[in-house]
Amino acid sequence: MIFNMEYETMPREALESIQLRRLQTMVERVYANVPFYRDKFKEAGVAPSDIKTIGDLKRLPFTTKQDLRDRYPYGMFAVPMDQVVRIHASSGTTGQSTVVGYTARDIKTWAELMARSLMAGGATRNDIIHNAYGYGLFTGGLGVHYGAEALGASVIPVSGGNTRRQVVIMKDFGPTVITCTPSYSLHLAEVAEEMGVAFKDLKFKFGVFGAEPWSETMRLEIERKLDLVAVDIYGLSEIMGPGVSIECHEAKRGLHVFEDHFIPEIIDPNTLETLPYGEVGELVFTTITKEAFPVVRYRTRDITSLNPEPCICGRTHIRMNRVTGRTDDMLIIRGVNVFPSQIENVLMEIEGVTPHYQLVVDREGSLDMLTVKVEVNEGMFSDEVKQLQAVQKKITKNIKEFLGVSATVKLVESKAIARSEGKAVRVIDNRKI
Amino acid sequence: MQVEQISVFLENKTGRLSEVTGILSEAGVNIRALALADTSDFGVLRLIVDANERAISALKENGFTVGKTEVVAAEVEDKPGGLHNILQTLRAQGINVEYMYAYVRHTGQDAVMIFRFDNIQGAIDVLKKNGVTVIDGQHLYNM
Repeated sequence: MIFNMEYETMPREALESIQLRRLQTMVERVYANVPFYRDKFKEAGVAPSDIKTIGDLKRLPFTTKQDLRDRYPYGMFAVPMDQVVRIHASSGTTGQSTVVGYTARDIKTWAELMARSLMAGGATRNDIIHNAYGYGLFTGGLGVHYGAEALGASVIPVSGGNTRRQVVIMKDFGPTVITCTPSYSLHLAEVAEEMGVAFKDLKFKFGVFGAEPWSETMRLEIERKLDLVAVDIYGLSEIMGPGVSIECHEAKRGLHVFEDHFIPEIIDPNTLETLPYGEVGELVFTTITKEAFPVVRYRTRDITSLNPEPCICGRTHIRMNRVTGRTDDMLIIRGVNVFPSQIENVLMEIEGVTPHYQLVVDREGSLDMLTVKVEVNEGMFSDEVKQLQAVQKKITKNIKEFLGVSATVKLVESKAIARSEGKAVRVIDNRKI
Repeated sequence: MQVEQISVFLENKTGRLSEVTGILSEAGVNIRALALADTSDFGVLRLIVDANERAISALKENGFTVGKTEVVAAEVEDKPGGLHNILQTLRAQGINVEYMYAYVRHTGQDAVMIFRFDNIQGAIDVLKKNGVTVIDGQHLYNM
């Protein structure tokens, strides 16, 4: 089912004319209200009146995470504080946090886009949604919450953590849709199993998972362990929060970007040139309806590609493929580009290995050393040391084969790698460069 | 005729073994035999205990990865050549011992050894045919 039939299935031509009108209005507004954008536009020799077609978007300068940090906390807001009704902040795991604001209309837009997302993921007003994204400064919890209410579903604001209690709630309240990070869903499955609760006896039909990169093989594992249909949701607080793009459960092939509110581009992160559809590069977003915190050509650092092919679900909005990594997560090990998601794929292909892993990079002398820690689960455990060593060898060999980099594989105890209830820490880089 | 053995995955780090013994002690589980196989990074602890299910759930609750394997307990004459005779018999029948360890016992003439075989039923048949006493699980846990 489609929440907003008119906009989500709008013919491309009509959609593009709306995009242009909204882009022009937004550019005029940020030029008038945000000194940062006015200065940057002047520096680039471009004025709001130069934006005559969607293609003119390319003339505008990029905005980076550093630009947002430099204007911490409110320097990028485009409205006075009396119009801001909500503030969120990013976790700041990789530096100072960034603060974002929303007007009442922004909150309404966000709720609608999240309602569209939940419906694309299979939910309807008849569903009970178990929302295990963290509530608070993180946009996940409240973003999904408002969307679920806008959809008319019943939302259980369970938030993150207290996993055993969540299992009891899942059993007693009968939720039919779950929303959380993909790694937390597997954690829930483990804890449920320990408590003797089988997901197949629960009422879940759909799961909407996001806020961290995951793979196709991980989708299969989640669908099998949680006995539901799993879709990918994408978002980031700098653009809005969850609900920037969503996979439809009909196709499960790429995430529809809500193009009536955001314009996506793919660029080469080195040359900054815009790349054609299908090519893999850094995802860039321009928000065209946001009031409090509009961004112009924001570099997300997420690596993906865009797919303009029509989708079986009927939505006309372009699809972005699954995010396969981040430009800043990318490790260069002895000259080889390594993304955690590649290691994850290698692990998933080896039967019995679930994706709880961590990459640790050290520099010994002038040599980069990659250690892959893999948790031993029941599927791969054996009472015979030689069996465990065989698994270890196989992982080492496959990493070398598929990634072209030598790694030391270390088997660690189950749950030895910290399970964040929000985002999983997949990479520890100890190199002092 | 088989005996259930519990195995636990351990990192080769200070205190891991004592954490296991602590958990079992708290759960009121008595360890009857134990063997540790180790590499430089990790080890596999094998245990024969008097209450398997209680031991397994206590260990799992504390986050350990636990496995169950069938092993064979056989009486071995407590005199020179006792173990050798059994191993000879197995070898003659082409049965491979994956690993083995001794079982603690207070009384009686014979020692008890725990054997891990790939071909467990074949091994039991050979042992019995050659007059070796194979002890079943229930009997062993209470010995």
